[in-house]
Amino acid sequence: MHEISYQGEIRLTRYLDDQGVPLGEMPKWACGDSPWVTYYQQMVLARQFDTKAISLQRTGQMGTYASLLGAEAIDVVCASLMQPDDVLVPYYRNHAMQMIRGMSLTQLFLYWGGDERGSATPEMRRDLPNCVPIATQCLHACGVATALKLRGEHQAVLTMIGDGGTSKGDFLEAINVAGAWQLPVVFIINNNQWAISVPRSKQCIAPTLAQKALGAGIRGEQVDGNDAVALHEVVGQALERARAGKGPTLIEALSYRLSDHTTADDATRYRPSDELKAAWAREPVARLRNWLHSQGLWDEAREQAWQAETRQMIEDAVKAYQAIPPQTVDELYDYVYAECPAGLSEQREQARIRQQRREQGGTDHE
Amino acid sequence: MSDHAITLLDAVNLALARALDEDPNVVLLGEDIGTNGGVFRATDGLKARFGERRVIDTPLAETMIAGLSVGMATQGLRPVAEIQFMGFIFPTMEHMIAHAARMRHRTRGRLSCPMVLRAPFGGGIHAPEHHSESTETLLAHIPGLRVVIPSSPARAYGLLLAAIRCDDPVVFLEPKRIYRASKTLVEDNGEALPLDTCFTLREGSDITLISWGAMISETLTAADRLADEGISCEVIDVATLNPIDHATLVASVSKTGRCVIIHEAPHHAGMGAEIEATLSEQALTYLQAPPRRVTGDDTIMPYYRYEQLYLPDVDDILIAVRETMEYSG
Repeated sequence: MHEISYQGEIRLTRYLDDQGVPLGEMPKWACGDSPWVTYYQQMVLARQFDTKAISLQRTGQMGTYASLLGAEAIDVVCASLMQPDDVLVPYYRNHAMQMIRGMSLTQLFLYWGGDERGSATPEMRRDLPNCVPIATQCLHACGVATALKLRGEHQAVLTMIGDGGTSKGDFLEAINVAGAWQLPVVFIINNNQWAISVPRSKQCIAPTLAQKALGAGIRGEQVDGNDAVALHEVVGQALERARAGKGPTLIEALSYRLSDHTTADDATRYRPSDELKAAWAREPVARLRNWLHSQGLWDEAREQAWQAETRQMIEDAVKAYQAIPPQTVDELYDYVYAECPAGLSEQREQARIRQQRREQGGTDHE
Repeated sequence: MSDHAITLLDAVNLALARALDEDPNVVLLGEDIGTNGGVFRATDGLKARFGERRVIDTPLAETMIAGLSVGMATQGLRPVAEIQFMGFIFPTMEHMIAHAARMRHRTRGRLSCPMVLRAPFGGGIHAPEHHSESTETLLAHIPGLRVVIPSSPARAYGLLLAAIRCDDPVVFLEPKRIYRASKTLVEDNGEALPLDTCFTLREGSDITLISWGAMISETLTAADRLADEGISCEVIDVATLNPIDHATLVASVSKTGRCVIIHEAPHHAGMGAEIEATLSEQALTYLQAPPRRVTGDDTIMPYYRYEQLYLPDVDDILIAVRETMEYSG
């Protein structure tokens, strides 16, 4: 005798097709220009930032950079739905989220330009800095959410991870404890189909990544990550549930990494070109623009004006970034501990001397 | 609760209670630390006294305990996490090294990570495999992490309070062989001990014995025996392995001219090597004999039938000291 102990299902939400044409009647809350025009403008700004960042890297003016190309809708919608006192626990592909959360473009260039002060701006409030070690940010998000919960703050924590990261224990331990403790946290999987060179199909046999939520006993669902309208609904509801004490949500946002993994990667070594071409036909920025056009909320003149305006903003930010003087040598030593220990103070003194010597051309020039 | 003779384990419990009592941001978390009071009973009674929101039983996942603590600490809480045995600390290392140790530095002080990771360590209690290692050097190598080891009930109390109040992440390693070895008077006065200094436990003029944790017991016993032989030993408990107080060690060895370093951990690249290197840089001209190390060997920690052979004992220290005293170039 057998019986079914548990059955689960995973919902996928989409409102716009690949070209931005409504798949059916649009919900009432989707009518009007807000927030869609703002979303679109931010997505254009994010893409322009991305283009500029890559060009700065290619010309030796900035370090290795992780492109967000193809993730504009996910980043912009998630960050826009967060309240100032919510906490963002980003990974390394969330520049647009950080921009919307208050980090300046200059600051973003500074971080990717190899300067720790890029994570230091007071505008980031209590948001965590970029997280590079894969999936670890999911546990930090749970820790932040635990702090909020223990203090009785009705705010939410949002964190993001790639599809590859969901293979890691940290992710599974995080969704597990988030469920066990009903933490106010929203996990977004940016399933962009590639973890550097390894495709989604080789990460996990499960047909969706969202269904990993079922094993943790939490809500899990999929959303079209190139569809700003669908993202708005699904992420917005998850954040509201978290703030209301109704527990965590795992959202798998389906997108595509239109770039290389980083500027140090060359995706032509492993990724079929026809797959990339097909993905460009579904990309989020053009999709939202087409929908806005069809509703008379956007036109070519506004497009030209906004493109020019964002270009100027970015040029100004680059100039400001390039004008920032380097940190003092002391800053490399002064933040390792709350107070610089004796041994480290001696090393700091030696580093000052070393820097002076190198500036003067080394010992040969003495 | 009060000023009577207590064990090192009691002192840990006393300091945790004091910290919970004085600062609402202090939160304990770990496996079995709540109702069960911890597998060694270090948190005994604390859940009943402070409630399940302050003394939290976690799911069984060490990586999660460390990762959660990092997130909590960035928001101003002071998590004190327990890892049941140091042999199970390895899953926490990514969070301790890649995040806890770097949070202040990489945000230029915008965020910090005032957390404590507690773990019992060391051999000598006939425990199963993975329950007896001393891997403190792995952690002491990491910039930004403080590594603190008490060697008596009073220092367990004072150093743990200091670790919890410290604005940096601290790994607090408790020598479980001496958890219940002796009782001494500890005043529950809320006074922390400094984290930036070694403790000179006994002054002497002929040779400096440097150790920490459980081996302090053997070291002090050896010093007593050597005194009978007319050898005057200075005994220093390093206590904080990182950032280490080299000045006290260098001053002592400059005075005595001789030195033996004693630790349970393996010889190769152990903290003894770091101390010896510093002495060679800063006290070489005072040395009347090569510094010696009495340590565990570079084997896998044996299962308990042979753990006593692995662990340095009083005789090993006596022999090393006598040979050092007899050295004549």
